[in-house]
Amino acid sequence: MSRDADVRASGPVVLLAGLVVIVGLTRTVTDNLTHDVLLYCAAFALFIAIGEVMRLTLPGGRQSAPLASAGALAFALLPEWGGPQANPGVPLALAVTVVTVGSIVGSVPRAFARRSVLVEELARRVIVTLVAAFLFHAMQVLLEDNSFLRPETLGDGTPAGLIDPKWTAAAMALAAIVASVVDALLAAGLRSASDRVPFGTAVLDEARALVGIASAIAATGVLIALSYPIMYLWALPIFAVPLLLTQFSFRRYATIQATYLQTIRSLSKVTEVGGYTETGHSRRVSRLAVTVGREMGMSQRDLDDLEYAALMHDIGQLSLTDPIPGGATTMASPLDQRQIAELGGGIIRQAGVLDKVADIVERQSDPYRPHRGQLDTELPLESRIIKAVNAYDDLVGASMESDRKLQALERLSLGTDREFDPEVVDTLVDIIERESVFTFPGH
Amino acid sequence: MQDLPVLARLYVGAVTAIGAVIVTFSLLVSAGMVGREALTGEQWTAVIVLSLLVLLSNLIISPLRQSVAKDQRIDIGIDMPVGIASVLLLGPFGAPIVMAVMSFAPGSASNDRQLPWFKRAFNGGMGAIQAFLAGLVYTGLLGQTLIDDQFEFGVKPMLAMLAVIATMEIVNGLLMVTVISLTERVSPLRVWFGTMGESAFPLFIYSIFGLLLAVVWSFAGWISAVLVLAPLMVARWVFAQFAARQAAYEATMRSLIKAVETKDLYTRGHSERVSRASVLIGRSSGMREDRVTTLRYAGTLHDVGKLGVPTRVLQKAGKLTDEEYEAIQQHPARGREITRELEFLGEAIEGIHFHHERIDGRGYPMGLKGEEIPEFARIIAVADAFDSMTTTRSYRGARSIEDAVIELRRCKGSQFDPVMVEALIEAIEVHGWDVTDTLAETAPQPSETSMPSLGSDDDDPTARARLALHVPDDASELDGINETSGEGS
Repeated sequence: MSRDADVRASGPVVLLAGLVVIVGLTRTVTDNLTHDVLLYCAAFALFIAIGEVMRLTLPGGRQSAPLASAGALAFALLPEWGGPQANPGVPLALAVTVVTVGSIVGSVPRAFARRSVLVEELARRVIVTLVAAFLFHAMQVLLEDNSFLRPETLGDGTPAGLIDPKWTAAAMALAAIVASVVDALLAAGLRSASDRVPFGTAVLDEARALVGIASAIAATGVLIALSYPIMYLWALPIFAVPLLLTQFSFRRYATIQATYLQTIRSLSKVTEVGGYTETGHSRRVSRLAVTVGREMGMSQRDLDDLEYAALMHDIGQLSLTDPIPGGATTMASPLDQRQIAELGGGIIRQAGVLDKVADIVERQSDPYRPHRGQLDTELPLESRIIKAVNAYDDLVGASMESDRKLQALERLSLGTDREFDPEVVDTLVDIIERESVFTFPGH
Repeated sequence: MQDLPVLARLYVGAVTAIGAVIVTFSLLVSAGMVGREALTGEQWTAVIVLSLLVLLSNLIISPLRQSVAKDQRIDIGIDMPVGIASVLLLGPFGAPIVMAVMSFAPGSASNDRQLPWFKRAFNGGMGAIQAFLAGLVYTGLLGQTLIDDQFEFGVKPMLAMLAVIATMEIVNGLLMVTVISLTERVSPLRVWFGTMGESAFPLFIYSIFGLLLAVVWSFAGWISAVLVLAPLMVARWVFAQFAARQAAYEATMRSLIKAVETKDLYTRGHSERVSRASVLIGRSSGMREDRVTTLRYAGTLHDVGKLGVPTRVLQKAGKLTDEEYEAIQQHPARGREITRELEFLGEAIEGIHFHHERIDGRGYPMGLKGEEIPEFARIIAVADAFDSMTTTRSYRGARSIEDAVIELRRCKGSQFDPVMVEALIEAIEVHGWDVTDTLAETAPQPSETSMPSLGSDDDDPTARARLALHVPDDASELDGINETSGEGS
């Protein structure tokens, strides 16, 4: 979406994180840190920086830096800092400072890439670190006050031993889980605002996309913090290994996912290369269909199917003995349209793994109200979207003329009594209006 | 089990029986009914937590199980770290219990439903023996399990841990190598240095996670199992998804290839066979394995450009007009256009683009000569012609492999690269060739009347004479066309 939308969405988050960082930095600078403490801080900052450099793209396009996030979480959850009695943990200000410095140093190589995204990510990490550290400290204080939790309480009730590590571990795990949930909610909020997705859908999407990597990050962060009193800095490289393995498998999955989409996109060109459809038709239809679907609140999973179906919606034409003039299926007779749809669905169904996509393609030509205004309740939303967007692109094509667009939208609006889903057409009109300058009369 | 050699059957039975005895004995000891080494409360917790985690991990990936089962290499081992951890935490009598649970847990790699029952039983027996021996080694060296005392760094405990890993891997290796060499009748050394050698390193890495789990457990309790295994479980889950996606990917490609072939009835299975023959040529001429993979794609996709040729033209039985010839001749270029943006195809794209070029420079679309033609294209040209000759076409029946070989030899140097021709012939002599002419049963047999030879319809009498000499495949229909147009210009 536009830059403005991005700024509006990330504004409050970045502002909040910025305030936190400023307060954290000033407090850290005014504190007197010992040589040892500085060394440990530097080690964690370095770990976060390395993790930041090894950033990866998750399947579906989200960015993640698992090692950096795990390092930040671990630092926020360190149980002993400056001796058992001195502190309940790392001071909040110091945690924020180390995480910020590490992330910024690690971002230097990427500083020339899209800056706004990195700022958002950094802002999220700072807020999440603060939440985790705060919660953990609060729980530590609670544990300190409850002497019965100590395993070796003396007869008169005075605490003798340390808190049982199991309770510390439970506190860490709880703080990590809450922090991950906060992170997912922040991400969902940002995405919802920038891509115009309803918030509920965005939360579900983020939860689905992040549950795997977030649980691996949380587990690693807690593990490092938990074993820190025994392994010290060795915990960092040792427990990074399982997470690296996770990262590796995510990378392979993301690669095959991207290749799959790339292949379908390429193969969707066959109808164009063969002169069956206009150049760029499939891609325009898929892009517009996905935008419509997203704004109508479809989940990412359904959007993927919609994209595949839209890319391959004309594949049934390959079985035609002769191309339709101009390739515009909207101009063909309803019977031919239905035949193309069914042939296309048949080809896709053969793959055995794209049954949902085949269903969508099969029903792409079916009218919204087939019998005297009666609704076809089983017609998938995806098919209704493709029907409308396909008709729109058949009428407009690659043309940029406002007149043509207006006429096409008008024709679609007239068809809402039988052919097209009015809600889909409304959303389509909204999108086209936003992209162009004109306003659609009566809208 | 019936089809196994007698020795193999005896061996599998013995391993299973020993495993069963160990597990039964371990249960008795652990419950305190025999001896004095009953498991403590925390050790029973370990048995339960570890078993539950294995069950959970299997549950998560069970919907994706089928694709993983097809290719075991891409499963991430969770069994090995759990096995090592249970040996360190539970000793020789507790660990076999976890191993038994693991091998009978639904969805375990060792309990795959697609495996026959005796293989599953063998896997279970093997796990119990491994764990028992490794447990004896560990408690023999240190006198106690890790759960009894907080771990402290030192030479002796570290060596004991390494000894546990070594015992597990060596016992596992020996038992596996024996069963493989008995069932497949290969020398045990070959198995050991082949498949076993490859899996030793990944197994070692997974074992380290088992050590970590046990060490952290000694001071933080059961939550360490969750924390150490979580990233592995996630990695395993993502890998399973990767495998499923890859299977989906291949299925999609195959069905799109079928779409090409439904347009042209007489080329059913053609792409698949050309791909197979190309791989044979590539391998026998010593090509690197990653290039062979790309070559396989090239073979499968070589005719994808035909999707862009109107079905009417492809299925036309009679004489083709000049325009129609031209439409067919465009299929390599269209194939290139379709596949151009697929980065992973690499060299394959050139192979698709130039698979109708001839060594003597009279092919199309560019009329490249000799070495100018990319290697992949020279390979596919031979494979393409060979498959066309040995399968039924609209204008003639299938030829025998011997006849096809003679034809290939005759046309080498003019139409084909001699090196590739010889490579194919050599490979077929070694590996054989399965024609599986699907058309012979499903399509109408070619009769005299349905043999409208393209050559005979041609205006150029010389082209007709040449066509009779040359390889009559669908390629040569086009070659004939090319020759006419070549000479006409």
